[in-house]
Amino acid sequence: MDIRTTGGPATAEEMAAVDGLLGEPESLWEGGERRGSDDHLAYGGRATRSRRHLLLPVLHAIQDRSGWVSRGALEYACRRLSIPPAEAYGVVSFYARFGLQPRGALSLHVCDDIACKCAGAEELCAALENAHGPSGVVWHRSPCLGLCDRAPAALVERAGMQHKDRQIAPFTLAQAESILGGGAWPEPATYSMPRQAQPKLLRRIGAVDPESLESYRLHGGFTALGRAEVIGSDAVIREITESRLLGRGGAAFPTGRKWESVAKAAARPHYLVCNADESEPGTFKDRVLMENDPFAIVEGMAIAALATSCEKGFLYVRTEYPLARRRIENAIAQARAQGILKLEIEVRRGAGAYICGEETALFNSIEGKRGEPRNKPPFPVDVGLFGKPTLVNNVETLLNVVDIVVEGGASFAATGTKDSTGTRLFCASGHVTRPGIYEVAMGTPLRALLDTAGARKVQAVLLGGAAGSFLTPDQIDVPLSFEGTRAIGATLGSGAVLVFDDTADMKQVLLRIARFFRDESCGQCVPCRVGTKRQEEILERMLGGRDGDGRSDVLLLSDIAQAMRDASICGLGQTAANAIASGLTQLKVLNV
Amino acid sequence: MFGAGGGTSSYQEAEETDLIILWGSNARETHPIFFHHLLRGVRGGAKLIAVDPRRTSSAEWADIWLGIDVGSDIALANAMAREIIHAGLAHTEFISRATTGYEEFARCVEAYTLERAEAETGVPAAAIKEVALAYARAEKGMICWTLGITEHHNATDNVLALINLGLLTGKVGRYGSGLNPLRGQNNVQGGGDMGAIPARLPGFQDLEDPEIHDKFARAWGGATFPGRKGWHLSEMFEAMDRGDLSSLYIVGENPARSEADQGRAVRLLGGLDHLVVQDIFLTHTAQMAHVVLPAAAGWAESEGTVTNSERRVQRVRRALEPPAGARDDIDIICELARRLGSDWGHPTAEQVWDECRSLSPMHAGMAYRRLEELGGIQWPCPDESHRGTQFLHARLWKHPVEGPRAPFHAVEHDPPVDRLSEEFPIRLTTGRRLDSFNTGVQTNEYTSPLRKGEALLISPEDAQRIGVEDGECVRVSSRRGSVDVNVRIEPTLRPGLAFMTLHFPDQVSTNILTIDATDPKSGTAEFKASAIRIDKIPAQVPAS
Repeated sequence: MDIRTTGGPATAEEMAAVDGLLGEPESLWEGGERRGSDDHLAYGGRATRSRRHLLLPVLHAIQDRSGWVSRGALEYACRRLSIPPAEAYGVVSFYARFGLQPRGALSLHVCDDIACKCAGAEELCAALENAHGPSGVVWHRSPCLGLCDRAPAALVERAGMQHKDRQIAPFTLAQAESILGGGAWPEPATYSMPRQAQPKLLRRIGAVDPESLESYRLHGGFTALGRAEVIGSDAVIREITESRLLGRGGAAFPTGRKWESVAKAAARPHYLVCNADESEPGTFKDRVLMENDPFAIVEGMAIAALATSCEKGFLYVRTEYPLARRRIENAIAQARAQGILKLEIEVRRGAGAYICGEETALFNSIEGKRGEPRNKPPFPVDVGLFGKPTLVNNVETLLNVVDIVVEGGASFAATGTKDSTGTRLFCASGHVTRPGIYEVAMGTPLRALLDTAGARKVQAVLLGGAAGSFLTPDQIDVPLSFEGTRAIGATLGSGAVLVFDDTADMKQVLLRIARFFRDESCGQCVPCRVGTKRQEEILERMLGGRDGDGRSDVLLLSDIAQAMRDASICGLGQTAANAIASGLTQLKVLNV
Repeated sequence: MFGAGGGTSSYQEAEETDLIILWGSNARETHPIFFHHLLRGVRGGAKLIAVDPRRTSSAEWADIWLGIDVGSDIALANAMAREIIHAGLAHTEFISRATTGYEEFARCVEAYTLERAEAETGVPAAAIKEVALAYARAEKGMICWTLGITEHHNATDNVLALINLGLLTGKVGRYGSGLNPLRGQNNVQGGGDMGAIPARLPGFQDLEDPEIHDKFARAWGGATFPGRKGWHLSEMFEAMDRGDLSSLYIVGENPARSEADQGRAVRLLGGLDHLVVQDIFLTHTAQMAHVVLPAAAGWAESEGTVTNSERRVQRVRRALEPPAGARDDIDIICELARRLGSDWGHPTAEQVWDECRSLSPMHAGMAYRRLEELGGIQWPCPDESHRGTQFLHARLWKHPVEGPRAPFHAVEHDPPVDRLSEEFPIRLTTGRRLDSFNTGVQTNEYTSPLRKGEALLISPEDAQRIGVEDGECVRVSSRRGSVDVNVRIEPTLRPGLAFMTLHFPDQVSTNILTIDATDPKSGTAEFKASAIRIDKIPAQVPAS
């Protein structure tokens, strides 16, 4: 608080960006001009510190305006929110989006993650490096942007009074040159769903106007919320419990049980968080849902809040999804304006941190802190956001809820298998001729999905994203259910299905995964911070062919993997070795 | 207070109270350990109010900061009392059962209307009222203060004004409520407890009480010693000035740099017939001495005990042998006694402590073994079955009240002695910073990334008016002298208020500026309020 940054004062533009979000400062002590009463009186303390959770929105405002976060701007933000600058600096430097060095207004983020690699991202990056120098100045390599169905992908941003950001895919070198040369940006493509039999969750995609509440109503929108209001909280939870719905975010926890815990929690207020921080490489279903059926997600949140008596909702969406964010914000605004949505929902932007998909890291991020996971227990249903009972659900889970309330839990449970009810969304990408989102009943064999998506000469399938594991061609008859995948030591995870044909360089894929985890480890706990780094180093050494003794390296990797699984605080560290281990042992990528 | 010279509360209570007023204390920088306890309270929901002329880094944590004019504390406290009484929030039951002097006090504060308080303090009336009512209404509330209250010519009255607020609202003698002077060193409390003040014997016992005097005389083998109180530090300097004091034995103090009106202090010390200094460093004062007695460090090279702000007596253990030639304080004193004709032997620290316990009832139960077992004990601890006392004055809530009732003291506002004038228009207040300690004897030997050396801190408005820039050297003058010092622009200071420390006496002798107007009861000088002027130093014409 008394420790100041070494930078100069904030510029008028930076201050305007902060004030645009927080309002004008009311006193010298908030960073304004001296007024007479400031000489002898100041209010602040808890009242000011209680706005700490606005730190990330404030940093976004600065970044949007200036293209980076200067020390002066940071100090001003700290003054406004009563945060020690050293602590705020720790927050800024945590998130990939915020620049601590001056950057140009224009920034181009080119995805070089797995699916985009399959679609020629490396060649694109090499050409850009040739023409514009290495990544990190004018253009930036980026982890998965969630556009795998139209790979390769890019995100372009222009800072300024009118901040603009847009995802572009498929992205070409010609487009890159044009954009970097100041040319116009290509218009976003409309989503076209790959053909599939009788989609249920996806039935409105492409049919409904995602920007019109009326259109959503014409497709049966908000009947579920109406029914929930009639039957009441207990009955809604009973239906959800009867449906045996398991959470679609990856951890597959019974949704009904979670709802019941929050509903019964004595502490107040209760918070609802919709986890839309979809960042698992190869996963894009939540983006498609938010972009094309946003009102349904809002309706799902309203039902969840009603059932668990949450006073306030947050939807945390990764910053790389600008269109999804705008569509959701529009849907909330329309539903609020029409009086259909009583719940206050705030949309919060992530800032480029995969770890924030972990629920407790996400809480810290909303609270304006570094996105470092918390130890569990206590679990979010007891001590979650702002230390209060919190219901966290994934986008797809909430979409299922809408249907369950209408059709009833028993009817929902009739689809799928005994232990995995309902349908599930899968994101097919990589070497498939018809990439996109597919909805299949739980228990459908993976082979059927691959056939529909048009996979040929399959060398491997990465199921569940970077945190999942590789399947060999002789494993692709596995039924797509929680228990089916568990039986072969795999996981459905986020629903990512990355397909590699016989031309794919699996060594490069493994290295990319290792680099991803090293980069995204939050660094809080040692097993993960050191383990992900060592994993990458060893893999590089093995791929480089040095030292010859691959077997001892495999043993070392498996030791590290065990330490990370046993001792990491959160799922990132616990799963960071899975894909690589399966690549080495199942696929025999290195023949060791 | 009320006969016990210590803070009433424990640190744990600061963590669990509902409201804390930090009054004249920048505890975040000057009492960082206590501040950690306080912050736990704040994080747990306690309201924090800071009363300080400067908006310090402690005040930045406060829900409300009252930026009073220097030396207007009594006006503020009395007006708060008046508001509390008028709002019907005085704790009448406690007042009638456990206190004396309420009527006179109430008559006195009646003159302190909000309007008058606003005029004296500069703080808007509504805010004074708000804080008064918040304090009175809090279930548990604490007032904590330090030198901002005591470094004034009317220090004792300032303290009494705060105690009055505690009595008025019944916020003393209960868990989580209390009145707490924060001690600036690990053993300031212990020094007073052990009788290193003019009117007290070990255990804070009254020297002038014949019974107590006799008790000590008997225990010390019929030794004779004066039965009347001696001089405090400021009185000693007055005695030197008169020529009544010609020999001085100083232990662990650096008055040649720490006294107000330093020019006078150095002159008087230099005029002594005989000066003995016992210290772990060759301080400025030691350099003036006829005899220097090198001592072992109290915290790492000696055995013994210290007593902290919550009255907790704790063991100190020797970790290192002192450097060659430096000796334990007990050795030095016993050796002196032997050469003066009394053989006190070679007692260990524990033997000295046990003797103290036999004479001081409040320490009686604190055997070394028990101090270790219990992690220190808070006095009073009358016997070896007693676990110490977490907070003082629970007796005031007993039916009937045990011991003497607690007196209100009607005290009047009396502004600083060093008046502002056209010639000296700026109020200089002094204080301390996180990275340095007092005159720097213990801290200036090592570096700190925070430490930037001495400077005159002034508001941007004053800097502009005087026409000086950050870092520019200026001449600062008071009615006593002048120093040259670099300006540092400090936006948290208001126009008309300047700040300096006394951490760097070799660089800038801040105490040349301060006034030695002294509180007659406590002997503390008014370091907090000097009137100064700031002049640009004319550019030197380069020699051709």
